[in-house]
Amino acid sequence: MADDKDVLRDVWFGRIPTCFTLHQDEVTEREAEPFYLLLPRVSYLTLVTDKVKKHFLKVMKAEDVEEMWFEYEGTPLKWHYPIGVLFDLHASNTALPWSITVHFKDFPERDLLHCPSNSVIEAHFMSSIKEADALKHKSQVINDMQKKDHKQLWMGLQNDKFDQFWAMNRKLMEYPTEEGGFRYIPFRIYQVHTHTHTHTHIYIYILAGVSPFLLTLTLTLTL
Amino acid sequence: MPVSLLWAVDVYGRVYSLSTGGQQWEQCRDAQLEFKRVTAAQQCCWGIACDHNIYLNVHASDLPIRYQEETYENHRWNPVDGFSERLLPSDRWQWSDVTGLQHQPLDSFILPSKSWEWEADWYVDENFGGEPTEKGGWTYAIDFPATYTKDKKWNSCVRRRRWIRYRRYKARDTWAKIPSEQSGLPDPFNDISCGGWEISEEPRGRLSLWAVSLQGKVWFRDGIYHHNPEGSNWEEMSVPGEVVQISCGPGDLVWAVLWEGQLIVREGIGRDCPQGTSWVVVDSPSPEVGAIHVGVGVNVVWAITKDNKVWFRRGVNSHNPCGSGWIGMVGEMIMINVGLNDQVWAIGCEDRAVYFRQGVTSSELSGKAWKVISVPRDGDRSHSSASASSLYMLQIAGCFFSGEVRSESNPAEGEVQDPPAAGIALSPSQSGGPLDPQWSNVDLEEAQSQQAGAGAVLDSADTCSLSSVATYTLALEEPYGADEHPLWAWVNGGGCSVDCHSQLNWFSSLAQSVQSMSLSITPAQTAAWRKQIFEQLSERSKREMDNFRHYEQAIEQSVWVKKGTMQWWRDWKPHKWMDVRFALEQFSGPEGNKDGILFIYYNFNEEKKYLHAFINEVTILVPVLNDSKHTFAIYTPERTKQRWPIRLAAATELEMHDWLALLSVSCCDSRGIQGPPSKQAIWSVTCKGDIFVSEPSPGLEAMPYPTPCDQMFWRQVGGHLRVVECNSVGVVWGIGYDHTAWVYTGGYGGGFFQGLASSTDNIYTQTDVKSIYIYENQRWNPVTGYTNRGLPTDRYMWSDASGLHECTKTNTKPPSPHWTWVSEWAVDYSVSGGTDREGWQYAADFPASYHGYKTLKDFVRRRRWARKCKLTTTGPWQEVPPIPLSDVTILPCTAQSSVEVVPLWAISNKGDVLCRLGVTTLTPAGSSWLHVGTDQPFKSISIGAANQVWAIARDGSAFYRGSVSPQSPAGDCWFHIPSPSKQKLKQVSVGRTSVYTVDENGNLWYRQGVTPSYPQGSSWEHISNNVRKVSVGPLDQVWIIADKVQGSHSLSCGTVCHRLGVQPMEPKGQSWDYGIGGGWDHITVRGNSMEPPRIRLPSLTDPSAPAPRSPLSARNMEVNGNAVRC
Repeated sequence: MADDKDVLRDVWFGRIPTCFTLHQDEVTEREAEPFYLLLPRVSYLTLVTDKVKKHFLKVMKAEDVEEMWFEYEGTPLKWHYPIGVLFDLHASNTALPWSITVHFKDFPERDLLHCPSNSVIEAHFMSSIKEADALKHKSQVINDMQKKDHKQLWMGLQNDKFDQFWAMNRKLMEYPTEEGGFRYIPFRIYQVHTHTHTHTHIYIYILAGVSPFLLTLTLTLTL
Repeated sequence: MPVSLLWAVDVYGRVYSLSTGGQQWEQCRDAQLEFKRVTAAQQCCWGIACDHNIYLNVHASDLPIRYQEETYENHRWNPVDGFSERLLPSDRWQWSDVTGLQHQPLDSFILPSKSWEWEADWYVDENFGGEPTEKGGWTYAIDFPATYTKDKKWNSCVRRRRWIRYRRYKARDTWAKIPSEQSGLPDPFNDISCGGWEISEEPRGRLSLWAVSLQGKVWFRDGIYHHNPEGSNWEEMSVPGEVVQISCGPGDLVWAVLWEGQLIVREGIGRDCPQGTSWVVVDSPSPEVGAIHVGVGVNVVWAITKDNKVWFRRGVNSHNPCGSGWIGMVGEMIMINVGLNDQVWAIGCEDRAVYFRQGVTSSELSGKAWKVISVPRDGDRSHSSASASSLYMLQIAGCFFSGEVRSESNPAEGEVQDPPAAGIALSPSQSGGPLDPQWSNVDLEEAQSQQAGAGAVLDSADTCSLSSVATYTLALEEPYGADEHPLWAWVNGGGCSVDCHSQLNWFSSLAQSVQSMSLSITPAQTAAWRKQIFEQLSERSKREMDNFRHYEQAIEQSVWVKKGTMQWWRDWKPHKWMDVRFALEQFSGPEGNKDGILFIYYNFNEEKKYLHAFINEVTILVPVLNDSKHTFAIYTPERTKQRWPIRLAAATELEMHDWLALLSVSCCDSRGIQGPPSKQAIWSVTCKGDIFVSEPSPGLEAMPYPTPCDQMFWRQVGGHLRVVECNSVGVVWGIGYDHTAWVYTGGYGGGFFQGLASSTDNIYTQTDVKSIYIYENQRWNPVTGYTNRGLPTDRYMWSDASGLHECTKTNTKPPSPHWTWVSEWAVDYSVSGGTDREGWQYAADFPASYHGYKTLKDFVRRRRWARKCKLTTTGPWQEVPPIPLSDVTILPCTAQSSVEVVPLWAISNKGDVLCRLGVTTLTPAGSSWLHVGTDQPFKSISIGAANQVWAIARDGSAFYRGSVSPQSPAGDCWFHIPSPSKQKLKQVSVGRTSVYTVDENGNLWYRQGVTPSYPQGSSWEHISNNVRKVSVGPLDQVWIIADKVQGSHSLSCGTVCHRLGVQPMEPKGQSWDYGIGGGWDHITVRGNSMEPPRIRLPSLTDPSAPAPRSPLSARNMEVNGNAVRC
């Protein structure tokens, strides 16, 4: 029989096979090979693409390199959406692996936020968690945690350590036994405007306290 | 919490009850009569019917109310006839009571009322002080009255024997008229109130019943207790005026209302005088308007004045029953009643509805608000539609979730007719505003059916899905409303056990219907839902990852280190706590298995040093909570041998629990253990009530080299128990310190194991209550008598039982921070040896044996004070109400057996023997108890693999139950087995064939000569001493809890030990192997039916050859007997 733990593990260990290719306009010294990677659905693009960057920098001159950004079929990918969300929003109907184009110049200022360092991702991630806890526990749990506990959550995500993450995250998922569940379940709605279709897809992602990606697969509501 | 009942009478005199677990008023159809008033206790309900008689309705229970009548037959010897019924003229009656003063022939016993019946005919009691007598139960003496012995001696001139007969109260769950025996009973009764069950525990089930007659006189019913539920007679209490109504609380509060509008309060109520001594008058809350109604609880008084105003009395407690002042409350009521836990019930003046006072807690006794109870009566229109509709919504939610289109044409077995339409029609009107235009324009692309509609509802309600469900549910409830609203006349919550935390489905408000919806999700639905999610996830993983496993991972795996600071009880002398840094390093082993190392970094002589332990060597993590430090102990096999664990203390309880949970997950991971314990698991309980479980290795019972039991790995399971028993098909029961019975739910974790270390299903709240005792000691001196000034050499005047430690009322704390006090200090009268009326026990000096009366030689006295504390935790346990237990045993089926119904026997905390019906692996809690009659209370019971039931009576004698079989689960009669000479047995355990008992002096006994044709066996053989408990398993394996086991560093009490060398031909075994301890209190190996792998060794085929000593177990081996290794 499936346990909650199995579900959590499967969510956590969800991976998207991805093929990174360098954009044709980028100036290279020799031809850049595509780079293949299994991306964790629950993580953030800029957090897990150090290897990609390293791979392409090998064929580029330092002066041609600005901030790295990603694009899929002409749509710049928002790094502050969880990877699973990005995939489900834009590419769920395509054949795998997911083919992402890598850019090192012409940063689309109108579409993307800059991500100069991991601490920006951390700040974004922690603020999502805080938002969720505000709804679940009136922020009591997150505020009672120490700095090192916050760090443990973040490090758990950053290093893909399920146990490390959940040792702390469980506190965010506790509710008073007598209530039998959460009174409020935080969720976030992601919307994508596509120009080719007449209707909109709305994706609801239950934050369920965890982080904005617990149920990235199932909650699609089509109107 | 078991369900209990709220009673009410409507204006037509029909009696209804509402169960705390139910959602409708059930009419009490038994009585053809109409009732005026009812008053309830948890076990019964009293009422005044319209014929002005008083009726009693005793609730049925699996335990019969049986009363033992006894009489003695006396004989005297004369040379002519031998022993004969011809006595001397100066002798006692030929049939008499035990003292000989009362003439009691058999035919003088008559049933007290029509509600009783005889269970069987008179028979002779053959048990004499725990030993069987022969020859018709006669006991002999030199003369009356004298000491009787079971053997006839040369100088025995008289003899007597005891006859017993049981009568049984049969009028249960029915209204039985209380015969108005006295002609003195004057005018009809007008009011009635029962309570007072908290005044004293003796006799069991005692109640005070107060009644008011039409003329305003007050009567007290005497002699009501468990064995005499009807009471004996009415006693008139003089009153200072004409009383119209009276109210009696669970404790010592009794208030009444006078005709003129004042109130009177009874004073002097106590243990020795439940009816009290005098009345004190209290003025009406309002000077102009007199009181008309009063309701009292333990610490509260509520009143209603003639203008229907509600009043709360401040400052009421048992020292000051009159309180200090009135506070006006909101609401207009016609009557008010205070039930259990000082919860308040009332009937509204305008609408005649039953109201519940919300938010009454011990710190806020006046509560917060009145809340109307709106549930239908069983005669009303069915209420099922509402619950069905919420179920329906749930299914819709499930559909959204899954994102599939599913036909919903037949939701909830068709109970709801066309719910989607109703949903669409009602919800917008409920939302109050105009129809949201948006939803009619929605492109219903694929979902044309109900989901679309419901989805639109969701949209239009424009909040969240939950609230739309709520309005929806509410909307369906509308149809029965004001016109069908029942009019109530009387309500009584004296039997209704709710508190401010209870979840009741009695109220219909928005929030409540949301709650009731969440309650209506059954575990099965949740499980199905989870399964669905899991399958979808697995499918996704397969789809997205299966062909790409060769891809590189984005994040490389690394070692994870968790660090912290702690205190460590250092290994060398002088032992003391020292600050250390603590680190757990986790990594993946070569085969992908997880492992870790624990480091403790400390400074010694300015030098940095460290101590480490491999996680895969840790055998157990034991939390040791005391009031000063949050400590836990880590054992490895080596540390178990030394009896010297690594002791650590965390700064806070939370930190300790974090570490324990983490370390525990880590240990389980490294051993590949996950999920719930297996059916073969060995369960044990520590003296703190913590529960541990161990998975037996196949070699645990192997011969000749079993797995040493210090290598067993134990993990903790949430909950708090005193006893746990299991069998190998996975039925596990536990008993708490408060004797509550619990059944294992199949989950794991709970307690401080949260999140990953715990299952989410099957974890429930568990509470336990125990008493803490302290002693008040006094010495007599010729001037002032007994005083609290002792001799300088005396013990503390307030101490523990030993007298060595000072324990005052103020400095005594609950055993750990988990426990909170739930009562005040009170004198404990139930001390062995008896007490006087003030609870004192006397002795010549400290320490000595105490007795309950004062003699000339007694210079010291003491009395015991008790205070209850309560623990609330969570664990995979569910309560089995309502009978409290003291022992339980489950037939140790072997794993192959296909037994459907699993025999389970138990002893109630009153000593009744019970047999549980309907226990199967699917319904481990069973259905009901079957009472098995005994002539005396029992304390221990065990059933063997072949249905052989053995039990120990409270007097220390053993009994064997004859003819127990699957066809006759309760057997037919008891065979008295003499106990080992001069020993009183206290516990028994029966395995496949072996029978072992433990006596009160810690001796372990094996029953010799047990054969299928003679299952009672022939004699007791001494095996070992220093034994506290024994558990014999389905392989006849023998495990004990031993006292005083010496390790290399320390001595431990309460140690798990395993009998080595037990074989079919040698069931007594040879020696002990020592496992985890100390502080262990209970173990059960009755789940482990795993036959060990067979190893053929030459030495085994030749019994004369000496057995080779195992290098592993030799150090712990010991040839026979004594469990002490000094």
